[in-house]
Amino acid sequence: MNEEAPTAVALENATVAFRLGGARLYTAVEKANLSVGAGEFVAIVGPTGCGKSTLLNVAAGLLKLAAGSVRVFDAPLDGLNREAGYLFQLDALFPWKTALDNVAIGPQIAGTPRAEALSLAKDWLAAVGLTHFERRYPYMLSGGQRKRVGLAQVLIRNPKILLMDEPFGPLDAQTRQVMGNLLLDLWNKDRKAVLFVTHDLEEAIALADRVVIMSAGPSARIIGDWRVCLPRPRDIFDTRLDKDFHALHREIWSVLKVEVMKGYTHSSRAAEAG
Amino acid sequence: MSRMALLALQLLVAVVVLVLWQFFATVPVFGKVWLPPFFFSNPVDVGGQIVAWFASGVIWKHLAITLWESILAFVIGSAAGVMVGFWFARKPLVAAVFDPYVKMINALPRVVLAPIFTLWLGLGIWSKVALGVTLVFFIVFFNVYQGVREVSQTLLANGRMLGMSERQLMLHVYWPSALSWMFSSLHTSVGFAVVGAVVGEYLGSAAGLGYLIQQAEGVFDVAGVFAGMVVLSAFVILIDMGVSLVERRLLVWRPTAPEARG
Repeated sequence: MNEEAPTAVALENATVAFRLGGARLYTAVEKANLSVGAGEFVAIVGPTGCGKSTLLNVAAGLLKLAAGSVRVFDAPLDGLNREAGYLFQLDALFPWKTALDNVAIGPQIAGTPRAEALSLAKDWLAAVGLTHFERRYPYMLSGGQRKRVGLAQVLIRNPKILLMDEPFGPLDAQTRQVMGNLLLDLWNKDRKAVLFVTHDLEEAIALADRVVIMSAGPSARIIGDWRVCLPRPRDIFDTRLDKDFHALHREIWSVLKVEVMKGYTHSSRAAEAG
Repeated sequence: MSRMALLALQLLVAVVVLVLWQFFATVPVFGKVWLPPFFFSNPVDVGGQIVAWFASGVIWKHLAITLWESILAFVIGSAAGVMVGFWFARKPLVAAVFDPYVKMINALPRVVLAPIFTLWLGLGIWSKVALGVTLVFFIVFFNVYQGVREVSQTLLANGRMLGMSERQLMLHVYWPSALSWMFSSLHTSVGFAVVGAVVGEYLGSAAGLGYLIQQAEGVFDVAGVFAGMVVLSAFVILIDMGVSLVERRLLVWRPTAPEARG
């Protein structure tokens, strides 16, 4: 649906390698090609340890490529990706700031006057359904509420690209669905380009326009790319019952399953060797 | 257990100890006084000495001097510890170069420095402040150093992605993290500031609680020594309560008040 739209993020032959003590190199991702169109919601799914988060960090500019290139809106990426907002897997809220201050920090450091930043932050907290939690510190919030604050913290800066690293991973199953619907509602308003990493195939299909499958690491590659043709706006609870959803899930899972099993045998072999 | 019951039990411990002390110091058991007054005095005499000090007002001057020395030692030691801790944590080369010297000085029993400080700074308050500073500095320094180095990488990455410059990272991430570590050692560092002041006074001065205790010892006035110790303990407990109040305000964002460390 976004064939003619400009490309928000494009990875071309992206290879990421880490140095393991001494001269040994560990190639995490090899020659990955991936493009996310403006307004497109792309989910990356793969077995644990396949380098999904690594790709995301490359798109964010937090990690440098060993080979290949990253382009953001057709300009080569140099340093941090200023167009992107990043929702981390782990808790990334500043524990010494209240929910309100955590959300207001983005505009504040960009030079918005404090009063204005705070009133904007209030609106965003309301948008993620946390109207009465402004004065709470992160430790006083539940896991789901912290994720909501994190979402507001990122979205208040109005980034053109949204990078999400298993953002709902630590949450319980019900909360994940609720958060997924919240994300879709917010996304529907201005349709940012989204790169969403998850290990949960159902979540990926329910949320995304495209699902990309990565092979097991090391030297993980992108081995599949499916278009999700489910109607929008979606409600995750209903979408999961859809006939097409199940057909697509079966199709993608047949490919993913092989990689998941490979991932397990590889890691158990590594454990024996180590 | 309710607060009142706990308080009652705590008081009971003090009462039992005092009664036993008074009893064995004054009443002969099997024809012998087990705690001879010359060596152990007794609670009534000690209490009398404390009352006399407060009644005549001489104690206030000594308390004020010790308090002032402790505050100066704490403020100067903390400020230096925060600055050097930050500097070392941000410049690993500097930290590596100074590492053996820091360890060396920290291993040194600080009491041996007291005569040198007296030589350099005289018998006034500054030699005591200097001694306190050497104690406080290392506690704060190590905590801040740790705090800056162990800032969560996720928080830093988040700060960067939210658009923070290095200076803003300093202000919004490194600084609060280091301060939280410093505050978690607040009880220890404040305690050491008092220790530095009192030990310094004890070793050579003309005023302060340490001086009072040392004077009493000089004339074998055991009641005076115990009275000095009681006043000192009460003084430290009051300061510690003050620290707890400050801590509760500064670390509201923490789930529970942290334990002192150091």
